[in-house]
Amino acid sequence: MSETSPAARRPAGELEASVLAALWAAAGPLTPAEVQGELGGRLARTTVTTILSRLHDKGAVSRTRAGRGFAYSPIHDSAGLTARRMRSELDKQDDRTTALARFVSELTSEDEQLLRSLLDEADAPGAAGGPLPGSGTTP
Amino acid sequence: MIIAVWLPLVMPLLAVPTARRLAESLPPRAAAWLLACCAATLAACTAAALGLLAAAGALRLPPVAAFGHLERALPGTDAAVTVPAAPVAGALLACCAVAVARRALRHRAELRAARRTADAHGLAGDLCVLPDAEPDAYALPGRPGRVVVTAGMLRALPPAEREALFAHERAHLVGRHHLFLLTAALAGACHPLLRGLRAPLAYALERWADESAAARVGDRQLTARAIGRAALAARTHAAAAPRPGTAPAATSGPVPRRVAALLRPDRPADRPRGRLLPVGRRLIAAALLACVAFSAAGAVDAAADLHQTVETAQGEQPGR
Repeated sequence: MSETSPAARRPAGELEASVLAALWAAAGPLTPAEVQGELGGRLARTTVTTILSRLHDKGAVSRTRAGRGFAYSPIHDSAGLTARRMRSELDKQDDRTTALARFVSELTSEDEQLLRSLLDEADAPGAAGGPLPGSGTTP
Repeated sequence: MIIAVWLPLVMPLLAVPTARRLAESLPPRAAAWLLACCAATLAACTAAALGLLAAAGALRLPPVAAFGHLERALPGTDAAVTVPAAPVAGALLACCAVAVARRALRHRAELRAARRTADAHGLAGDLCVLPDAEPDAYALPGRPGRVVVTAGMLRALPPAEREALFAHERAHLVGRHHLFLLTAALAGACHPLLRGLRAPLAYALERWADESAAARVGDRQLTARAIGRAALAARTHAAAAPRPGTAPAATSGPVPRRVAALLRPDRPADRPRGRLLPVGRRLIAAALLACVAFSAAGAVDAAADLHQTVETAQGEQPGR
């Protein structure tokens, strides 16, 4: 029981989600090894390969030959445009909160300053995870 | 009846601020349940009071009286108030019913639109990625529930923080948080004062999901960073294409409060009034309980009163 890592015991659907998210977040196609690295090595390479080919079978990702294996990228489908139109329809309805709980709500300028100071304070010992977006570090 | 029936209509004046204050000092899960139950109870009492007022007036109309087998006109000295109040109460009740129905239909339409959007895209597990540059993420309830994320959001977060985001959205789905939000929205349609419960409820639900996510990924600071980074990324994006209608708020918004609560659970810097002492919390809880109890008792008392009045008018001996 205790031999399996916490990552491996997660439901298959959650693993697929993590792998697809890594592909979307990447700038270009990723090989299984790169996906494994992206996910912090929590999954075995064979697991990642299996998940990627399953996603390919489902039509969620496309693949191209890369050396001896494949490199995978998410499919930017033509339905994207339709989706965007629907999304803007959703946005028009003034308060979406009734139906959908969004991850983050909009920030005011005061919120932004407060948030940055909170995170900077928490970060002081050994910053991890890269710089925050839009930090005032433009040269 | 004349006094009791008005209690549920005015009680939200007291109960809503009391509930908000109590919710601030409770853990998020308890706060969400408290606010949702308060909203539902107070809304039900409001509807009952309006219904009773309208019924008392309607029974004075000859056709309705005949239908109710009343042998004589309703007794009571309060006719001067009850008669003019009845049509107003009836109209208000009808407005409530329409507002509730419209709210429920809109809720369904919103979910349908969101679902259509999600269906247009490939799914992996419970994840649906929208090929959109604007960072956004939400939980889409249904069977099965889905986590909808834009490509912009995925690119804004490092892998570990993406897991925190997914855990947060999955907590919304598992906890069926959309039902809490729907309850509050419908209650707000019944009584305008109850709309004041919606914002604290939404906040409590976000905190609930944040705490679940932090427990799931095992790192409060990571979860806090994910929330902060996502909000800042959304803001940076919004700054490029400004949205109308974002007025600056006087107090700190929900996102910094959520981040602060995750980073320093013992030191809620966001609350100017600080955490309540146990005694204060108990007092406020007692006050809220009294408010809700009075509201419910008012409705029940008025109903019993009307029932007795009607029986008297039907020619039965009172008290049997």
